[in-house]
Amino acid sequence: MSVLDAKIPEGTLEQKWTKYRSTVPLVNPSNKRNLEVIVVGSGLAGASAASALAELGYKVKVFCFQDSARRAHSIAAQGGINAAKNYQNDGDSVYRLFYDTIKGGDYRAREANVYRLAEVSSSIIDQCVAQGVPFAREYGGLLSNRSFGGTQVQRTFYAAGQTGQQLLLGAYSSLQRQVGMGSVKMYTRHEMLDVVKIDGVCRGIIARDLVTGKLERHFGHAVLLCTGGYGNVFYLSTNAMGSNVTAAWKAYKQGAFFGNPCFTQIHPTCIPVSGDHQSKLTLMSESLRNDGRIWVPKKQGDTRNPVEIPEEERDYYLERRYPAFGNLVPRDVASRAAKERCDAGYGVGTSKMAVYLDFAYNIKRYGNVEASKRNMHSPTEEEIIRMGKEVVKEKYGNLFDMYQQITGENPYEQPMRIYPAVHYTMGGLWVDYNLMTTVPGLYALGEANFSDHGANRLGASALMQGLADGYFVIPYTIGSYLSKEIATKAIDTNHEAFVEAENKVKSQIENLFNIKGTKSVDHFHKRLGKIMWDKCGMARNAEGLKEAITEIQQIRKEFWSDVRVTGTADEFNPELEKAGRVADFIELGELMCKDALDRNESCGGHFREEFQTEEGEAMRDDEKFAYVSNWEFKGLDAEPSLHKEELKYENIKIAQRSYK
Amino acid sequence: MSGNMNLTLKVWRQKNANTDGKLVTYQVKDISPDMSFLEMIDILNEQLINKNEDPIAFDHDCREGICGMCSLYINGRPHGPKEKITTCQLHMRSFKDGDTIVIEPWRAQAFPVIKDLTVDRSAFDRVIAAGGFVSVNTGNAQDANSLPIGKEEADLAFDAAACIGCGACVAACKNASAMLFVSAKVSQLALLPQGQPERYMRVQNMVAQMDAEGFGNCTNTGACEAECPKGISLSNIARMNRDFLVASVASNN
Repeated sequence: MSVLDAKIPEGTLEQKWTKYRSTVPLVNPSNKRNLEVIVVGSGLAGASAASALAELGYKVKVFCFQDSARRAHSIAAQGGINAAKNYQNDGDSVYRLFYDTIKGGDYRAREANVYRLAEVSSSIIDQCVAQGVPFAREYGGLLSNRSFGGTQVQRTFYAAGQTGQQLLLGAYSSLQRQVGMGSVKMYTRHEMLDVVKIDGVCRGIIARDLVTGKLERHFGHAVLLCTGGYGNVFYLSTNAMGSNVTAAWKAYKQGAFFGNPCFTQIHPTCIPVSGDHQSKLTLMSESLRNDGRIWVPKKQGDTRNPVEIPEEERDYYLERRYPAFGNLVPRDVASRAAKERCDAGYGVGTSKMAVYLDFAYNIKRYGNVEASKRNMHSPTEEEIIRMGKEVVKEKYGNLFDMYQQITGENPYEQPMRIYPAVHYTMGGLWVDYNLMTTVPGLYALGEANFSDHGANRLGASALMQGLADGYFVIPYTIGSYLSKEIATKAIDTNHEAFVEAENKVKSQIENLFNIKGTKSVDHFHKRLGKIMWDKCGMARNAEGLKEAITEIQQIRKEFWSDVRVTGTADEFNPELEKAGRVADFIELGELMCKDALDRNESCGGHFREEFQTEEGEAMRDDEKFAYVSNWEFKGLDAEPSLHKEELKYENIKIAQRSYK
Repeated sequence: MSGNMNLTLKVWRQKNANTDGKLVTYQVKDISPDMSFLEMIDILNEQLINKNEDPIAFDHDCREGICGMCSLYINGRPHGPKEKITTCQLHMRSFKDGDTIVIEPWRAQAFPVIKDLTVDRSAFDRVIAAGGFVSVNTGNAQDANSLPIGKEEADLAFDAAACIGCGACVAACKNASAMLFVSAKVSQLALLPQGQPERYMRVQNMVAQMDAEGFGNCTNTGACEAECPKGISLSNIARMNRDFLVASVASNN
């Protein structure tokens, strides 16, 4: 087994990044003009990296499959972005953000990376404000904060329930500024379908123009994959319909190791599944847990209208089980607790697979605060509730509207029904401290890499990581590689490696059309999703995982002999796009199950039923599993090989996570 | 879960930008009122694939009303019959059994059809690239709280910034004007102190690009505001006109 070198700089934790930045080799401006960087994906990580690198003078090409860079799924993030500003004077610091993130990740993330993330978090807020991102403000004109799960400070910056949208539009406007200046060339409606390697080094990509169907070859001195997560392997998730693993998967098959593939985040507060027709699930932001209390009836199978169930007959199970953090426990803990109640027969709604998220208590509380602000001495109950609803509307109006659109129920009048759903993937391509994968010249940023969230990501940290990687990490770390590339001339894309890669992509597309089977792409995707959710979802066990592996292998066989892809290759063909993505999801699903089977412990989002405490909490095994599992592709029908990166905790005392 | 609605759909089919299109009639059965409109089209597409026919191409991605990708013109209205939502947030409970629904793409010279219901909205990207930003390089910024912004201005800027760039305003307008879209970005930045240094140059550059893309003129019918899924206000257009006038007077001097 090879030893993975994470290239963590020497020195104390606090000095590593500062020292690194001051000593990393630089590329002079005239050389930057000759160095080409390909960025795949235009979400927070991709757009911020592309604009920051173009500002430095590199020649940048950006690819996205949507019709505009502004559509990337970062746009859907709702609640907020963390930063260790300590504007609230409540005891926050770089160290505390670092500590919360490592602990929240159940001690499965790399200390040096997470500390760097916490260090640069402040600059992200400064940068975004300078771009004109309209964060929420207090009457005094300064920035407002709110709480998120897994922390006891208020460090989350937000823009109503549309924080991701506002941050992405900020990054998008910076990107479009560079496009206008000619320093970034934008390729919308393009999908990357392979990585091109020459002599073991990444030298470009093959992309398909989704409008014309033409395959294109693009050279780059470095390629950055900022292509997000792979939650859609479960078919139903909070991800956008187009979110996919294809770019990361092609990189894996070209030798980039895949880290911790089984670490999936199941978000506790989503709108429950309503039927078989469902194509996606919708998140209700974690910020709602600031003001919403989660409960189920104390009686099993209670079908009364929730507003008629008296206080003493309700079980506020998170407040009961975790008094210190209450409704603000981390996502993995909250999700499992909801599953536990529903499995035990206390679930609500028609499916019985839901719990209540109730705002009545805080509507009243806010109403009383408003009454005293307005000097109303004896307000009526109705006045209090009306004013309270106004406050809640200002904070979460768009989320409440969204809920009402989907369910047809009014959450101002009755509690929301929620249930956990697949939301984020902590796993991803393994990267070193420089964000480089095991393929030289190939980088992974944002959700596409495995790096910062361990086995469970804290809320409001995905936006932080995407922008940290793009604005403040890669502009420095890419120098250590590109400074050695200044003599490399742009390689002609008629080079045989490009021709060969293009032919490989072309023949996969031809194969898909030639099957002429009987079942649609979605048919296979739904079947895969069901297996993944049932056997590699919120709870897993060895037996189920073994079954899943066999079943997924069977699906792969059937897919490649019975899928029907309509239309042709040389036109705009969304069915073909889906087919390629689902083919990759099927292969990924198998690897996720293998990874989950290998990890004989429970940690964060990975809950193996065989490994739990008597109280049903996750039971880690630090002796045997304090490592990142990195899988190396060995061929489709061969076993992937496992490479471990041991995790060393030099600054944090590793302990059982407790939110009690 | 299947439902009990049976519907007749008349859908715009067009192979590509170079061919003519036409409305084609389809029947869908057992539609549930809890389905979203796009899930209903998913079902139709599944039927078409089973018959070995080409499924209907339409843009969609997040399916939660924020990415701005979905863009259907339903029974003569962008994003369908309900207000302040996108097509992906429209549910079948807004229709009734036996209804006939006409589904067309956005119609505008500046948004050419790519296929069926999918159009090319890259003109919007070029308008933003012409000036829809604050020219600040990464790392330039001062501490975020060193620039207090009154809550009222901040909220107004946020309201303008809520635009999702879907193009419903253009589709709703009889002149295919993009004034609401452009003015939302101009206003967001004009309302904030960060946007002041480039305020007048920005409005001139963005308006020039908007005209170059072939969007029509604004004749104040207000259809854009009425159909905007995010409720972007017409007052943004007034603000942009004022800024444009100031900029023109200043540059004439």
